[in-house]
Amino acid sequence: MKARIRITLKNGVLDPQGKAIQHALGGLGFPGVEDVRQGKYIEVALAETDEGKAKAAIEKMCKDLLANTVIENYSYELVA
Amino acid sequence: MLRASVIVFPGSNCDRDVKVAIEKVTGFPVKMVWHGDAEVPASDLIVLPGGFSYGDYLRCGAMAAHSPIMRDVIAKAKAGTPVLGICNGFQVLCESGLLPGVLMRNASLKFICRDVHLKCEQDKTFFTQCYRRDQVIKVPVAHAEGNFFADTETLDRLEGEGQVAFRYCDADGNVSAATNLNGAQRNIAGVTDKTGRILGMMPHPERLFETALGGTDGRRIFESALVSVTAAMA
Repeated sequence: MKARIRITLKNGVLDPQGKAIQHALGGLGFPGVEDVRQGKYIEVALAETDEGKAKAAIEKMCKDLLANTVIENYSYELVA
Repeated sequence: MLRASVIVFPGSNCDRDVKVAIEKVTGFPVKMVWHGDAEVPASDLIVLPGGFSYGDYLRCGAMAAHSPIMRDVIAKAKAGTPVLGICNGFQVLCESGLLPGVLMRNASLKFICRDVHLKCEQDKTFFTQCYRRDQVIKVPVAHAEGNFFADTETLDRLEGEGQVAFRYCDADGNVSAATNLNGAQRNIAGVTDKTGRILGMMPHPERLFETALGGTDGRRIFESALVSVTAAMA
């Protein structure tokens, strides 16, 4: 089983890297880029086959290490 | 007598600088402790040095905060052993939950390496008692992720309980948006825990502790620690 985890900055947390990307896109001539927020994507392959147990493990991984919940949100999906 | 231990992570690069600073300022030898060890020797002071522990993978300080030695550092800190985190060490303290908040990428996105002025807002704690309240000192910074962030409630609590140790200011002690070099919330350069025994700061006091280095304002951090430990033994 594999977990696809997305980690994003919480609303209200400034994202200077996102702003820099937005400016770069404007500089390349892409019109109408109103905002850019950047984050992380992590894939974790699990030996666990029980979906409930896998979810519990991924939740704990996100809270303990993968995301810093002071500034970041996380979401994930499990795929076979 | 001062028994200080410096934790060495893979990627630490200010570990030997802070060892030399503590030894020269206090006169007592400093132990170096590897991150893979299970236990910190009995210490009056633990230092988490500057650098790029674990290559700053995932987030600055995140991997180091979960390294084997940190379990004992956290246990000892919670039992009252003073801990000083400088630069990357501050990031590790935040990631380990010993200090609130987080250090984000500088608002300018640039690595900033220069001397800055700091306003000392604490003159009673373990690491700061040799400074005067509102004293302006000059200490270098060298970081790309020093932009202190916490939610408004946490910031209000830190200020209300006197846990802000240092703020970025100008030579006259004025704290303003113009003196906020990295975008830190409320110009915060260093904070302590509620007891004042855990201090995290982005600037490097070990880089200006004697005149040969161009300044001595950093040495009072280590003098304060020695005075605090000596007073506790008396």
